[in-house]
Amino acid sequence: MNRRTLRRAFSNLMVGLMMGAVVAALLPLIFILLNLVVKGAGSLSFAFFTQTPAPAGETGGGVVHAIAGTLMIVGMACLIGLPVGIAAGIYCAEYPTSRLTWVTRFVADVLNGTPSIVVGVFAWTWIVATQKHFSALAGSAALAMLMIPMVLRTTEELIKLVPNSLREAALALGYPRWRTSLGIVVRTTLPGIVTGSLLAVARIAGETAPLLFTALGSQYLSYNLNQPMAALPLTVFTYATGPYEEWHQNAWAAALVLILVVFVLSIGARLAIRRGFDLNG
Amino acid sequence: MTTTATPRAQQGFVPTPRATLTPRAPVPAPTQRGAPAIDVRDFGFAYGKREVLKNLSFSIERKAVTAIIGPSGCGKSTFLRSINRLNDLIPGVKHRGDILVEGTSVFAPSTDLVALRQRVGMVFQRPNPFPKKIFDNVAYGPTLNRLVTRRDLPDLVERCLRQAALWDEVKDRLEESGTGLSGGQQQRLCIARALGNQPEVLLMDEPCSALDPIATQRVEELMFELKKDYTIVIVTHNMQQAARVSDYTGFFDRGELIEFDETERIFTKPKHERTEAYITGRFG
Repeated sequence: MNRRTLRRAFSNLMVGLMMGAVVAALLPLIFILLNLVVKGAGSLSFAFFTQTPAPAGETGGGVVHAIAGTLMIVGMACLIGLPVGIAAGIYCAEYPTSRLTWVTRFVADVLNGTPSIVVGVFAWTWIVATQKHFSALAGSAALAMLMIPMVLRTTEELIKLVPNSLREAALALGYPRWRTSLGIVVRTTLPGIVTGSLLAVARIAGETAPLLFTALGSQYLSYNLNQPMAALPLTVFTYATGPYEEWHQNAWAAALVLILVVFVLSIGARLAIRRGFDLNG
Repeated sequence: MTTTATPRAQQGFVPTPRATLTPRAPVPAPTQRGAPAIDVRDFGFAYGKREVLKNLSFSIERKAVTAIIGPSGCGKSTFLRSINRLNDLIPGVKHRGDILVEGTSVFAPSTDLVALRQRVGMVFQRPNPFPKKIFDNVAYGPTLNRLVTRRDLPDLVERCLRQAALWDEVKDRLEESGTGLSGGQQQRLCIARALGNQPEVLLMDEPCSALDPIATQRVEELMFELKKDYTIVIVTHNMQQAARVSDYTGFFDRGELIEFDETERIFTKPKHERTEAYITGRFG
Protein backbone atom coordinates (compact mmCIF):
# COMPACT_ATOMS: atom_id res chain seq x y z
CA MET A 1 0.00 0.00 0.00
CA ASN A 2 1.38 3.37 -0.85
CA ARG A 3 0.97 6.49 1.24
CA ARG A 4 -1.98 7.75 -0.72
CA THR A 5 -4.21 4.72 -0.29
CA LEU A 6 -3.25 4.63 3.37
CA ARG A 7 -4.18 8.26 3.83
CA ARG A 8 -7.46 7.71 2.06
CA ALA A 9 -8.29 4.67 4.12
CA PHE A 10 -7.55 6.58 7.31
CA SER A 11 -9.77 9.44 6.15
CA ASN A 12 -12.62 7.05 5.41
CA LEU A 13 -12.18 5.39 8.78
CA MET A 14 -12.42 8.74 10.60
CA VAL A 15 -15.47 9.86 8.62
CA GLY A 16 -17.05 6.50 9.37
CA LEU A 17 -16.36 6.89 13.08
CA MET A 18 -17.87 10.35 13.15
CA MET A 19 -20.95 9.20 11.30
CA GLY A 20 -21.24 6.42 13.85
CA ALA A 21 -21.14 9.02 16.62
CA VAL A 22 -23.88 11.04 14.94
CA VAL A 23 -26.07 7.94 14.65
CA ALA A 24 -25.37 7.04 18.27
CA ALA A 25 -26.45 10.52 19.30
CA LEU A 26 -29.57 10.51 17.18
CA LEU A 27 -30.76 6.96 17.86
CA PRO A 28 -32.05 7.50 21.40
CA LEU A 29 -33.84 10.64 20.27
CA ILE A 30 -35.54 8.88 17.40
CA PHE A 31 -36.35 5.94 19.64
CA ILE A 32 -37.97 8.20 22.23
CA LEU A 33 -40.01 10.04 19.62
CA LEU A 34 -41.13 6.83 17.90
CA ASN A 35 -42.01 5.22 21.19
CA LEU A 36 -44.06 8.25 22.22
CA VAL A 37 -45.88 8.34 18.89
CA VAL A 38 -46.60 4.61 18.91
CA LYS A 39 -47.84 4.52 22.49
CA GLY A 40 -49.35 7.99 22.74
CA ALA A 41 -50.76 8.91 19.35
CA GLY A 42 -53.57 6.37 19.73
CA SER A 43 -55.01 8.31 22.68
CA LEU A 44 -54.82 11.66 20.99
CA SER A 45 -58.22 12.96 20.00
CA PHE A 46 -60.00 16.25 19.77
CA ALA A 47 -61.34 15.66 23.26
CA PHE A 48 -57.82 15.12 24.58
CA PHE A 49 -56.98 18.74 23.75
CA THR A 50 -60.28 20.27 24.83
CA GLN A 51 -61.56 18.38 27.88
CA THR A 52 -60.52 18.14 31.48
CA PRO A 53 -59.79 14.67 32.89
CA ALA A 54 -62.57 12.15 33.31
CA PRO A 55 -63.13 10.82 36.84
CA ALA A 56 -60.79 7.99 37.79
CA GLY A 57 -61.66 4.68 36.19
CA GLU A 58 -63.74 6.18 33.38
CA THR A 59 -62.50 6.51 29.83
CA GLY A 60 -62.34 9.70 27.80
CA GLY A 61 -61.41 13.12 29.06
CA GLY A 62 -58.39 15.21 28.15
CA VAL A 63 -55.50 17.27 29.43
CA VAL A 64 -56.52 20.79 28.43
CA HIS A 65 -56.01 21.83 32.06
CA ALA A 66 -52.38 20.74 31.88
CA ILE A 67 -51.73 22.35 28.50
CA ALA A 68 -53.18 25.65 29.72
CA GLY A 69 -51.30 25.28 33.00
CA THR A 70 -47.96 24.67 31.32
CA LEU A 71 -48.45 27.64 29.01
CA MET A 72 -49.38 29.90 31.93
CA ILE A 73 -46.66 28.75 34.31
CA VAL A 74 -43.95 28.84 31.65
CA GLY A 75 -45.24 32.17 30.31
CA MET A 76 -45.11 33.68 33.77
CA ALA A 77 -41.62 32.24 34.32
CA CYS A 78 -40.54 33.94 31.08
CA LEU A 79 -41.98 37.26 32.22
CA ILE A 80 -39.87 37.05 35.37
CA GLY A 81 -36.81 35.25 34.09
CA LEU A 82 -36.13 36.64 30.62
CA PRO A 83 -35.86 40.36 31.48
CA VAL A 84 -33.70 39.66 34.51
CA GLY A 85 -31.50 37.13 32.72
CA ILE A 86 -31.02 39.19 29.57
CA ALA A 87 -30.41 42.46 31.42
CA ALA A 88 -27.91 40.82 33.77
CA GLY A 89 -26.22 39.18 30.79
CA ILE A 90 -25.85 42.54 29.06
CA TYR A 91 -24.39 44.03 32.23
CA CYS A 92 -21.85 41.23 32.60
CA ALA A 93 -20.76 41.54 28.98
CA GLU A 94 -20.54 45.32 28.96
CA TYR A 95 -18.80 45.70 32.32
CA PRO A 96 -16.49 42.69 32.35
CA THR A 97 -14.08 44.17 34.88
CA SER A 98 -16.65 45.06 37.51
CA ARG A 99 -16.61 43.07 40.73
CA LEU A 100 -20.37 42.61 40.49
CA THR A 101 -19.85 40.87 37.15
CA TRP A 102 -17.43 38.42 38.67
CA VAL A 103 -19.87 37.59 41.46
CA THR A 104 -22.85 37.35 39.08
CA ARG A 105 -20.98 35.07 36.72
CA PHE A 106 -19.88 32.82 39.56
CA VAL A 107 -23.37 32.60 41.03
CA ALA A 108 -24.88 31.94 37.61
CA ASP A 109 -22.45 29.10 36.99
CA VAL A 110 -23.24 27.56 40.35
CA LEU A 111 -26.98 27.94 39.75
CA ASN A 112 -26.63 26.43 36.29
CA GLY A 113 -25.29 23.29 37.88
CA THR A 114 -27.84 23.15 40.68
CA PRO A 115 -30.27 20.22 40.36
CA SER A 116 -33.74 21.52 39.63
CA ILE A 117 -35.19 19.67 42.59
CA VAL A 118 -33.09 21.84 44.89
CA VAL A 119 -34.57 24.92 43.29
CA GLY A 120 -38.00 23.36 43.83
CA VAL A 121 -37.33 22.81 47.53
CA PHE A 122 -36.03 26.36 47.77
CA ALA A 123 -39.19 27.76 46.20
CA TRP A 124 -41.26 25.59 48.52
CA THR A 125 -39.46 26.92 51.59
CA TRP A 126 -39.67 30.56 50.69
CA ILE A 127 -42.94 30.86 48.79
CA VAL A 128 -45.18 27.85 49.40
CA ALA A 129 -44.36 27.45 53.08
CA THR A 130 -44.70 31.16 53.85
CA GLN A 131 -47.93 31.50 51.86
CA LYS A 132 -49.13 28.24 53.35
CA HIS A 133 -50.55 27.01 50.04
CA PHE A 134 -49.25 25.68 46.73
CA SER A 135 -49.49 28.01 43.78
CA ALA A 136 -48.69 28.24 40.08
CA LEU A 137 -46.85 31.47 40.79
CA ALA A 138 -44.41 29.64 43.06
CA GLY A 139 -43.86 27.22 40.18
CA SER A 140 -43.16 30.09 37.80
CA ALA A 141 -40.71 31.58 40.28
CA ALA A 142 -38.87 28.27 40.55
CA LEU A 143 -38.73 27.88 36.77
CA ALA A 144 -37.58 31.50 36.39
CA MET A 145 -34.75 30.77 38.79
CA LEU A 146 -33.65 27.93 36.54
CA MET A 147 -33.97 30.14 33.51
CA ILE A 148 -32.05 33.20 34.67
CA PRO A 149 -28.55 31.70 34.80
CA MET A 150 -29.03 29.96 31.45
CA VAL A 151 -30.25 33.10 29.70
CA LEU A 152 -27.66 35.24 31.46
CA ARG A 153 -24.72 33.17 30.33
CA THR A 154 -25.90 32.79 26.72
CA THR A 155 -26.62 36.52 26.45
CA GLU A 156 -23.23 37.36 27.89
CA GLU A 157 -21.33 34.99 25.62
CA LEU A 158 -23.21 36.23 22.55
CA ILE A 159 -22.60 39.89 23.30
CA LYS A 160 -18.92 39.18 23.81
CA LEU A 161 -18.84 37.92 20.23
CA VAL A 162 -19.77 41.34 18.87
CA PRO A 163 -16.57 42.75 17.38
CA ASN A 164 -15.14 45.69 19.27
CA SER A 165 -14.84 47.59 16.00
CA LEU A 166 -18.63 47.86 15.84
CA ARG A 167 -18.72 49.36 19.32
CA GLU A 168 -16.01 51.84 18.39
CA ALA A 169 -17.87 52.79 15.21
CA ALA A 170 -20.91 53.76 17.25
CA LEU A 171 -18.92 55.59 19.90
CA ALA A 172 -16.98 57.49 17.24
CA LEU A 173 -20.29 58.73 15.85
CA GLY A 174 -21.06 60.23 19.22
CA TYR A 175 -23.26 57.47 20.61
CA PRO A 176 -23.39 57.54 24.38
CA ARG A 177 -22.26 54.32 25.98
CA TRP A 178 -25.76 53.06 26.88
CA ARG A 179 -27.06 53.68 23.38
CA THR A 180 -24.11 51.88 21.89
CA SER A 181 -24.85 48.90 24.11
CA LEU A 182 -28.58 48.76 23.47
CA GLY A 183 -28.85 50.17 19.95
CA ILE A 184 -25.89 48.50 18.30
CA VAL A 185 -24.47 45.70 20.39
CA VAL A 186 -27.70 44.16 21.65
CA ARG A 187 -29.53 44.72 18.36
CA THR A 188 -26.81 42.83 16.57
CA THR A 189 -27.06 39.89 18.95
CA LEU A 190 -30.86 39.87 19.20
CA PRO A 191 -31.44 36.78 17.04
CA GLY A 192 -28.95 34.87 19.16
CA ILE A 193 -30.50 36.08 22.38
CA VAL A 194 -33.94 34.98 21.17
CA THR A 195 -32.60 31.55 20.28
CA GLY A 196 -30.89 31.25 23.66
CA SER A 197 -34.09 32.25 25.43
CA LEU A 198 -36.02 29.66 23.45
CA LEU A 199 -33.64 26.91 24.42
CA ALA A 200 -34.12 27.95 28.04
CA VAL A 201 -37.91 27.90 27.61
CA ALA A 202 -37.77 24.48 26.01
CA ARG A 203 -35.69 23.19 28.90
CA ILE A 204 -37.87 24.52 31.71
CA ALA A 205 -41.12 23.52 29.99
CA GLY A 206 -40.26 19.91 30.73
CA GLU A 207 -39.11 20.43 34.32
CA THR A 208 -41.11 18.31 36.75
CA ALA A 209 -39.27 18.33 40.05
CA PRO A 210 -39.60 22.05 40.88
CA LEU A 211 -43.30 21.98 40.03
CA LEU A 212 -43.98 19.04 42.35
CA PHE A 213 -43.12 21.28 45.27
CA THR A 214 -44.82 24.40 44.01
CA ALA A 215 -47.63 24.20 41.44
CA LEU A 216 -48.50 20.75 42.81
CA GLY A 217 -50.94 19.86 40.01
CA SER A 218 -54.68 19.84 39.77
CA GLN A 219 -57.53 17.98 38.06
CA TYR A 220 -59.32 21.13 37.00
CA LEU A 221 -58.85 23.87 34.45
CA SER A 222 -57.77 26.89 36.47
CA TYR A 223 -56.64 30.36 35.54
CA ASN A 224 -55.79 31.50 39.04
CA LEU A 225 -52.03 31.79 39.31
CA ASN A 226 -52.29 31.95 43.08
CA GLN A 227 -53.77 28.43 43.25
CA PRO A 228 -52.34 25.00 42.52
CA MET A 229 -52.31 24.38 38.79
CA ALA A 230 -51.81 21.43 36.48
CA ALA A 231 -48.88 21.25 34.10
CA LEU A 232 -48.00 18.69 31.44
CA PRO A 233 -44.92 17.24 33.18
CA LEU A 234 -46.94 16.88 36.40
CA THR A 235 -49.77 15.20 34.53
CA VAL A 236 -47.36 12.78 32.92
CA PHE A 237 -45.95 12.02 36.35
CA THR A 238 -49.38 11.53 37.97
CA TYR A 239 -50.79 9.42 35.16
CA ALA A 240 -47.70 7.31 34.71
CA THR A 241 -47.53 6.42 38.40
CA GLY A 242 -51.29 5.88 38.70
CA PRO A 243 -52.96 2.46 38.96
CA TYR A 244 -55.20 2.54 35.85
CA GLU A 245 -54.40 1.40 32.34
CA GLU A 246 -56.21 4.46 30.84
CA TRP A 247 -53.99 6.69 32.91
CA HIS A 248 -50.89 5.05 31.54
CA GLN A 249 -52.24 5.59 28.04
CA ASN A 250 -52.90 9.22 28.84
CA ALA A 251 -49.41 9.65 30.31
CA TRP A 252 -47.89 8.62 26.97
CA ALA A 253 -50.21 10.93 25.10
CA ALA A 254 -49.50 13.84 27.47
CA ALA A 255 -45.75 13.30 27.07
CA LEU A 256 -46.22 13.43 23.31
CA VAL A 257 -48.20 16.66 23.66
CA LEU A 258 -45.46 18.16 25.84
CA ILE A 259 -42.88 17.42 23.19
CA LEU A 260 -45.15 18.83 20.50
CA VAL A 261 -45.68 22.05 22.48
CA VAL A 262 -41.93 22.59 22.85
CA PHE A 263 -41.44 21.68 19.20
CA VAL A 264 -44.06 24.13 17.96
CA LEU A 265 -42.70 26.86 20.22
CA SER A 266 -39.16 26.57 18.93
CA ILE A 267 -40.08 26.25 15.27
CA GLY A 268 -42.52 29.15 15.45
CA ALA A 269 -40.06 31.45 17.15
CA ARG A 270 -37.27 30.45 14.81
CA LEU A 271 -39.41 31.38 11.82
CA ALA A 272 -40.32 34.66 13.46
CA ILE A 273 -36.65 35.49 13.99
CA ARG A 274 -35.75 34.62 10.45
CA ARG A 275 -38.43 36.92 9.11
CA GLY A 276 -37.93 39.73 11.59
CA PHE A 277 -34.15 39.98 11.61
CA ASP A 278 -33.20 39.20 8.07
CA LEU A 279 -30.94 42.22 8.07
CA ASN A 280 -28.93 41.07 11.01
CA GLY A 281 -28.49 37.53 9.71
CA MET B 1 -1.12 71.92 35.75
CA THR B 2 -1.11 70.47 39.24
CA THR B 3 1.51 67.89 39.92
CA THR B 4 0.43 65.50 42.64
CA ALA B 5 2.82 63.09 44.29
CA THR B 6 2.74 60.59 41.47
CA PRO B 7 5.65 58.15 41.42
CA ARG B 8 8.49 57.96 38.91
CA ALA B 9 8.02 59.16 35.33
CA GLN B 10 4.33 59.81 35.84
CA GLN B 11 4.95 63.47 36.65
CA GLY B 12 2.48 65.78 35.04
CA PHE B 13 0.01 63.08 34.04
CA VAL B 14 -3.56 63.43 35.13
CA PRO B 15 -6.26 60.76 34.83
CA THR B 16 -8.42 61.35 31.76
CA PRO B 17 -11.64 62.81 33.14
CA ARG B 18 -14.93 61.06 32.76
CA ALA B 19 -16.75 63.46 30.51
CA THR B 20 -20.46 63.98 30.63
CA LEU B 21 -22.45 62.32 27.89
CA THR B 22 -25.45 64.36 26.94
CA PRO B 23 -26.70 63.90 23.39
CA ARG B 24 -28.31 67.31 23.12
CA ALA B 25 -25.41 69.56 24.08
CA PRO B 26 -25.18 72.82 22.18
CA VAL B 27 -22.98 72.73 19.10
CA PRO B 28 -19.76 74.65 19.83
CA ALA B 29 -18.98 78.03 18.37
CA PRO B 30 -18.15 78.19 14.66
CA THR B 31 -14.67 77.79 13.32
CA GLN B 32 -12.13 80.35 14.41
CA ARG B 33 -10.37 81.52 11.31
CA GLY B 34 -6.63 81.94 11.50
CA ALA B 35 -6.01 79.34 14.19
CA PRO B 36 -5.03 75.83 13.04
CA ALA B 37 -7.76 73.20 12.81
CA ILE B 38 -6.06 70.97 15.35
CA ASP B 39 -3.53 72.31 17.78
CA VAL B 40 -1.50 69.75 19.70
CA ARG B 41 0.06 71.28 22.79
CA ASP B 42 2.73 69.40 24.69
CA PHE B 43 0.57 66.31 24.49
CA GLY B 44 1.58 63.08 26.19
CA PHE B 45 -0.33 59.86 26.62
CA ALA B 46 0.15 56.74 28.71
CA TYR B 47 -1.53 53.38 29.09
CA GLY B 48 -1.00 52.89 32.79
CA LYS B 49 2.76 53.20 33.23
CA ARG B 50 3.57 52.70 29.58
CA GLU B 51 4.16 56.10 28.05
CA VAL B 52 3.28 55.90 24.37
CA LEU B 53 3.23 59.56 23.35
CA LYS B 54 5.72 62.15 24.59
CA ASN B 55 5.51 65.91 24.38
CA LEU B 56 3.88 66.27 21.00
CA SER B 57 3.51 69.84 19.84
CA PHE B 58 2.41 70.67 16.35
CA SER B 59 -0.48 72.12 14.39
CA ILE B 60 -2.66 70.54 11.74
CA GLU B 61 -3.78 72.68 8.84
CA ARG B 62 -7.44 73.20 8.05
CA LYS B 63 -8.88 71.67 4.86
CA ALA B 64 -5.76 69.73 4.05
CA VAL B 65 -4.67 66.12 4.36
CA THR B 66 -2.12 65.46 7.08
CA ALA B 67 -0.51 62.05 7.11
CA ILE B 68 1.02 60.45 10.19
CA ILE B 69 3.65 57.85 9.37
CA GLY B 70 6.01 55.81 11.47
CA PRO B 71 6.97 52.26 12.38
CA SER B 72 4.51 49.95 14.12
CA GLY B 73 3.93 50.77 17.75
CA CYS B 74 5.16 54.34 17.44
CA GLY B 75 1.87 55.74 18.74
CA LYS B 76 0.28 56.84 15.46
CA SER B 77 -3.08 55.26 16.15
CA THR B 78 -3.01 56.27 19.79
CA PHE B 79 -2.52 59.85 18.70
CA LEU B 80 -5.38 59.65 16.22
CA ARG B 81 -7.67 58.08 18.77
CA SER B 82 -6.77 60.79 21.26
CA ILE B 83 -8.26 63.45 19.02
CA ASN B 84 -11.76 62.03 19.44
CA ARG B 85 -10.92 60.44 22.80
CA LEU B 86 -11.75 56.93 21.71
CA ASN B 87 -8.92 55.75 23.95
CA ASP B 88 -11.10 56.54 26.95
CA LEU B 89 -12.54 53.04 26.62
CA ILE B 90 -9.29 51.55 27.85
CA PRO B 91 -9.02 51.58 31.63
CA GLY B 92 -6.07 53.39 33.19
CA VAL B 93 -5.28 55.83 30.39
CA LYS B 94 -3.60 59.09 31.34
CA HIS B 95 -2.74 62.17 29.38
CA ARG B 96 -0.74 65.36 29.69
CA GLY B 97 -1.09 68.63 27.84
CA ASP B 98 -4.02 69.10 25.54
CA ILE B 99 -5.29 68.95 21.99
CA LEU B 100 -7.46 71.77 20.67
CA VAL B 101 -9.91 71.04 17.88
CA GLU B 102 -11.03 74.30 16.28
CA GLY B 103 -10.07 76.13 19.42
CA THR B 104 -11.90 73.83 21.84
CA SER B 105 -10.07 71.65 24.31
CA VAL B 106 -10.51 67.92 23.80
CA PHE B 107 -9.43 66.95 27.29
CA ALA B 108 -11.07 69.61 29.44
CA PRO B 109 -13.38 68.07 32.04
CA SER B 110 -16.24 70.10 30.62
CA THR B 111 -15.81 68.58 27.15
CA ASP B 112 -18.93 66.90 25.88
CA LEU B 113 -17.78 63.69 24.23
CA VAL B 114 -20.91 63.40 22.13
CA ALA B 115 -20.46 66.88 20.70
CA LEU B 116 -16.73 66.29 20.21
CA ARG B 117 -17.28 63.08 18.31
CA GLN B 118 -19.93 64.69 16.16
CA ARG B 119 -17.34 67.27 15.06
CA VAL B 120 -14.54 64.75 14.68
CA GLY B 121 -15.53 61.81 12.50
CA MET B 122 -13.53 58.62 12.26
CA VAL B 123 -12.92 55.92 9.66
CA PHE B 124 -11.33 52.72 10.89
CA GLN B 125 -8.80 50.26 9.57
CA ARG B 126 -11.31 47.53 8.88
CA PRO B 127 -14.65 48.51 7.35
CA ASN B 128 -17.17 48.27 10.20
CA PRO B 129 -20.63 49.12 8.89
CA PHE B 130 -23.50 48.49 11.29
CA PRO B 131 -25.50 45.37 10.44
CA LYS B 132 -28.35 47.66 9.45
CA LYS B 133 -29.76 49.08 6.26
CA ILE B 134 -27.38 51.12 4.11
CA PHE B 135 -29.63 54.14 4.58
CA ASP B 136 -29.67 53.76 8.37
CA ASN B 137 -25.89 53.42 8.49
CA VAL B 138 -25.59 56.97 7.19
CA ALA B 139 -28.69 58.30 8.93
CA TYR B 140 -27.79 57.15 12.45
CA GLY B 141 -25.29 59.89 13.26
CA PRO B 142 -27.38 62.85 12.12
CA THR B 143 -30.49 61.38 13.75
CA LEU B 144 -28.69 60.89 17.04
CA ASN B 145 -27.20 64.36 17.02
CA ARG B 146 -30.42 65.94 15.73
CA LEU B 147 -28.64 67.65 12.87
CA VAL B 148 -31.52 67.50 10.42
CA THR B 149 -35.27 67.05 10.49
CA ARG B 150 -36.73 63.72 9.51
CA ARG B 151 -37.91 65.27 6.24
CA ASP B 152 -34.43 66.37 5.20
CA LEU B 153 -32.80 63.09 6.17
CA PRO B 154 -33.04 61.38 2.74
CA ASP B 155 -31.36 64.38 1.11
CA LEU B 156 -28.53 64.33 3.61
CA VAL B 157 -28.03 60.58 3.18
CA GLU B 158 -27.91 60.99 -0.58
CA ARG B 159 -25.43 63.86 -0.33
CA CYS B 160 -23.13 61.89 1.96
CA LEU B 161 -23.27 58.79 -0.22
CA ARG B 162 -22.48 60.93 -3.25
CA GLN B 163 -19.57 62.57 -1.46
CA ALA B 164 -18.30 59.12 -0.62
CA ALA B 165 -18.64 58.14 -4.30
CA LEU B 166 -20.96 55.30 -3.38
CA TRP B 167 -24.36 56.64 -4.39
CA ASP B 168 -24.50 55.21 -7.89
CA GLU B 169 -23.66 51.75 -6.62
CA VAL B 170 -26.19 51.64 -3.79
CA LYS B 171 -29.03 53.98 -4.75
CA ASP B 172 -31.29 51.04 -5.62
CA ARG B 173 -30.47 49.02 -2.54
CA LEU B 174 -30.60 51.50 0.33
CA GLU B 175 -32.87 49.11 2.22
CA GLU B 176 -30.36 46.27 2.10
CA SER B 177 -27.86 45.53 4.82
CA GLY B 178 -24.60 47.44 4.84
CA THR B 179 -22.73 44.23 5.60
CA GLY B 180 -23.71 42.81 2.19
CA LEU B 181 -21.46 45.23 0.31
CA SER B 182 -17.94 44.47 -0.88
CA GLY B 183 -15.01 45.49 1.33
CA GLY B 184 -14.25 48.62 -0.66
CA GLN B 185 -17.89 49.63 -0.75
CA GLN B 186 -18.19 49.01 2.98
CA GLN B 187 -15.27 51.33 3.64
CA ARG B 188 -16.82 54.05 1.51
CA LEU B 189 -20.09 53.47 3.39
CA CYS B 190 -18.16 54.03 6.62
CA ILE B 191 -16.81 57.27 5.18
CA ALA B 192 -20.34 58.31 4.21
CA ARG B 193 -21.46 57.41 7.73
CA ALA B 194 -18.77 59.65 9.20
CA LEU B 195 -19.76 62.46 6.81
CA GLY B 196 -23.39 62.08 7.90
CA ASN B 197 -22.47 63.74 11.17
CA GLN B 198 -21.31 66.80 9.22
CA PRO B 199 -17.94 66.80 10.98
CA GLU B 200 -15.19 69.38 10.71
CA VAL B 201 -12.39 66.87 11.04
CA LEU B 202 -12.12 63.39 9.58
CA LEU B 203 -9.72 60.93 11.20
CA MET B 204 -8.68 57.94 9.12
CA ASP B 205 -6.85 55.07 10.78
CA GLU B 206 -5.17 53.15 7.96
CA PRO B 207 -8.38 53.29 5.94
CA CYS B 208 -7.00 51.32 3.01
CA SER B 209 -4.99 48.57 4.65
CA ALA B 210 -7.84 46.06 4.29
CA LEU B 211 -8.68 47.07 0.72
CA ASP B 212 -7.48 45.92 -2.67
CA PRO B 213 -5.52 48.34 -4.93
CA ILE B 214 -8.55 49.47 -6.92
CA ALA B 215 -10.63 50.19 -3.83
CA THR B 216 -7.59 51.91 -2.32
CA GLN B 217 -7.32 54.16 -5.33
CA ARG B 218 -10.99 55.09 -5.06
CA VAL B 219 -10.63 56.00 -1.39
CA GLU B 220 -7.54 58.06 -2.15
CA GLU B 221 -9.33 59.96 -4.92
CA LEU B 222 -12.13 60.48 -2.44
CA MET B 223 -9.78 62.04 0.09
CA PHE B 224 -8.64 64.44 -2.56
CA GLU B 225 -12.25 65.54 -3.02
CA LEU B 226 -13.06 65.61 0.68
CA LYS B 227 -10.22 67.87 1.69
CA LYS B 228 -12.06 70.73 0.01
CA ASP B 229 -14.53 70.59 2.89
CA TYR B 230 -12.86 68.72 5.69
CA THR B 231 -9.65 68.63 7.67
CA ILE B 232 -8.31 65.11 7.22
CA VAL B 233 -5.79 63.32 9.39
CA ILE B 234 -4.71 59.92 8.10
CA VAL B 235 -2.54 57.31 9.74
CA THR B 236 -0.88 55.07 7.21
CA HIS B 237 1.75 52.38 6.97
CA ASN B 238 2.04 52.92 3.29
CA MET B 239 4.56 55.65 2.51
CA GLN B 240 3.58 55.87 -1.14
CA GLN B 241 0.08 56.55 0.04
CA ALA B 242 1.23 59.30 2.37
CA ALA B 243 3.22 60.83 -0.46
CA ARG B 244 0.27 60.60 -2.84
CA VAL B 245 -2.57 61.91 -0.72
CA SER B 246 -1.18 64.21 1.93
CA ASP B 247 -0.17 67.85 2.03
CA TYR B 248 1.63 67.57 5.35
CA THR B 249 3.36 64.62 6.92
CA GLY B 250 4.38 63.91 10.48
CA PHE B 251 6.91 61.21 11.22
CA PHE B 252 6.45 59.50 14.60
CA ASP B 253 8.97 57.25 16.22
CA ARG B 254 8.73 55.72 19.71
CA GLY B 255 6.05 58.15 20.75
CA GLU B 256 7.89 61.21 19.62
CA LEU B 257 7.30 63.49 16.71
CA ILE B 258 10.60 63.38 14.87
CA GLU B 259 9.70 65.63 12.01
CA PHE B 260 6.68 67.49 10.72
CA ASP B 261 6.69 69.33 7.43
CA GLU B 262 5.12 69.63 4.02
CA THR B 263 4.88 66.19 2.50
CA GLU B 264 7.06 67.05 -0.42
CA ARG B 265 9.88 68.19 1.81
CA ILE B 266 9.65 65.17 4.08
CA PHE B 267 9.97 62.85 1.14
CA THR B 268 12.58 64.78 -0.82
CA LYS B 269 14.85 66.37 1.75
CA PRO B 270 14.07 65.19 5.26
CA LYS B 271 15.95 67.03 7.99
CA HIS B 272 16.39 64.09 10.31
CA GLU B 273 18.42 61.03 9.73
CA ARG B 274 15.74 58.75 11.23
CA THR B 275 13.08 60.14 8.90
CA GLU B 276 15.28 59.49 5.95
CA ALA B 277 16.10 56.01 7.13
CA TYR B 278 12.41 55.23 7.53
CA ILE B 279 11.18 56.60 4.24
CA THR B 280 13.95 54.95 2.31
CA GLY B 281 13.02 51.68 3.96
CA ARG B 282 16.15 51.17 6.00
CA PHE B 283 14.18 50.50 9.18
CA GLY B 284 10.61 50.19 10.41
